[in-house]
Amino acid sequence: MSQTVTSRRQRHWDLRAAGNFIGGGTGSGLIVVAAIAAVAGEPFRLPLALGLGFVAAGLSLVWLEIGKPWRAFNVFFHPRTSWMTREGIVATVLIPLGAAAVAADSVPAAVLAALLAAGFLFCQARILRAARGIPAWRQGELMPLILATGLAEGSGVFLLAGAHAVPWLTLTLFALLAREGAWLAYRAGLAGTPAAARALGVFATPPARLARAAQLAGLAAVALALGFALLAAPGTPELPATLLAWAGGVLAALSGWGVKALLITRAAFIRAVVLPVVPTRGSGGRGSGGSHARAV
Amino acid sequence: MTRYVMVADLRRCVGCQTCTAACKEGNGTPPGVQWRRVLDLETGTYPNVNRVFVPVGCQHCANPPCMEVCPSTATGQRADGIVTIDYELCIGCSYCAMACPYDARSMVDHAEYAFGEQPTAVEATRIGRERIGVATKCTFCAGRIDAGTARGLVPGQDPEATPLCVNSCISGALRFGDIEDKDGPIATLLAENQWFRMHESEGTEPGFYYIWDKGTL
Ligand code: SF4
Ligand code: SF4
Repeated sequence: MSQTVTSRRQRHWDLRAAGNFIGGGTGSGLIVVAAIAAVAGEPFRLPLALGLGFVAAGLSLVWLEIGKPWRAFNVFFHPRTSWMTREGIVATVLIPLGAAAVAADSVPAAVLAALLAAGFLFCQARILRAARGIPAWRQGELMPLILATGLAEGSGVFLLAGAHAVPWLTLTLFALLAREGAWLAYRAGLAGTPAAARALGVFATPPARLARAAQLAGLAAVALALGFALLAAPGTPELPATLLAWAGGVLAALSGWGVKALLITRAAFIRAVVLPVVPTRGSGGRGSGGSHARAV
Repeated sequence: MTRYVMVADLRRCVGCQTCTAACKEGNGTPPGVQWRRVLDLETGTYPNVNRVFVPVGCQHCANPPCMEVCPSTATGQRADGIVTIDYELCIGCSYCAMACPYDARSMVDHAEYAFGEQPTAVEATRIGRERIGVATKCTFCAGRIDAGTARGLVPGQDPEATPLCVNSCISGALRFGDIEDKDGPIATLLAENQWFRMHESEGTEPGFYYIWDKGTL
């Protein structure tokens, strides 16, 4: 049985809410990569500070969106079931701990911050998964996509922060490939979910195609930069590899931001009313309806 | 235990929207916000098409996803099954609106009036400033139920203890009452007719039943 479509696009979360998922994803990914750098004995304070900045900026954007910003503290009241409360609690530990790691140049604190950042990103993925009104967010394949996108964005920004030696290019390439796989799985999942059909349409629009092209171009740029870094003979100028790494980093981040903006603000259709059966109007017999009132 | 539910007889509803108007008038909801809506759907494929009118709104789910996600605990549930919003706790994050599979929640962030900048005389008496910047939805007219039951009246049978939409329904399509009253009119109505609930697969256990006897699959 077909019926007219009744699903509406959600009207409450705009680019400010999308900004929380953008800042949270990029920031968490960056913090994780910074901690890996810390363990590897590389400089990590700048990317770690930048990652914390992204997370804080995302949370500030969402604070600007809520209807009662001066009651924001109430967000902490429901840890038992609300992933939004859990996200808030993790953030309140992550930000001071990360700041302490930066201030004290502490590798253990950076590692702890990375664990919290991974938890923060997990909470964000679960926030979307728990939104039962929106089929495109309910899709099981969205969880790995959000996690892989965060890592891809974070490692992309890490390349911009100046580190584009082979290990970091390899890590970024791995993250981009993981995001690619997660994206394809998510698209396939949407295609198999009738309730999410309209979201699939959004991912076929020109802005989505642009984000997708940027995603693939970023992947190609990082792969080429890695190829240059691995194969270049000693004494070869580094500039081409550096430019490719920067381009790849920018595209890795921007394409993820574009997809998330579309996912939150455009592909978010609330479940349609679905009638499993159609009544024959006027067939209600005596006694099945009628006056409900004892006295009028 | 009491569990209040609503029943919409889809065979009887003529899509007149009287319930929508009664709810708006009684609850003073602002322009663009309808706690009770009646959808006008076309189903089937030409030439075998049907038109069906479907009253919708908060389904007062037994397992409400809106309550599960709410970070502030503003969304709660009473012992009689009515899902509530505490306007003093709500932070206006709208997460509940994303979690509701029934598109039942609204939020406005500034006062709006039907005719321009100033409220009409009626609007001035009805506007609820506490409802700006927070989530709102159908309350099953909980205030009427509480006031009525305190006087010994029976919701669904005595109009003064019954939701306004049900009182106003011109065709008797909307019914209300305690489904746990095994010999009561709601339990009898559901026992005698075929019904479905929307999005059962979500496990929300909605408190809104749609009767469709002798229809088509
Ligand atoms: S219909 Fe929506 S708002 Fe009402 S209780 Fe169910 S999930 Fe919550
Ligand atoms: S808008 Fe209010 S009721 Fe809805 S989830 Fe946020 S705090 Fe809870």
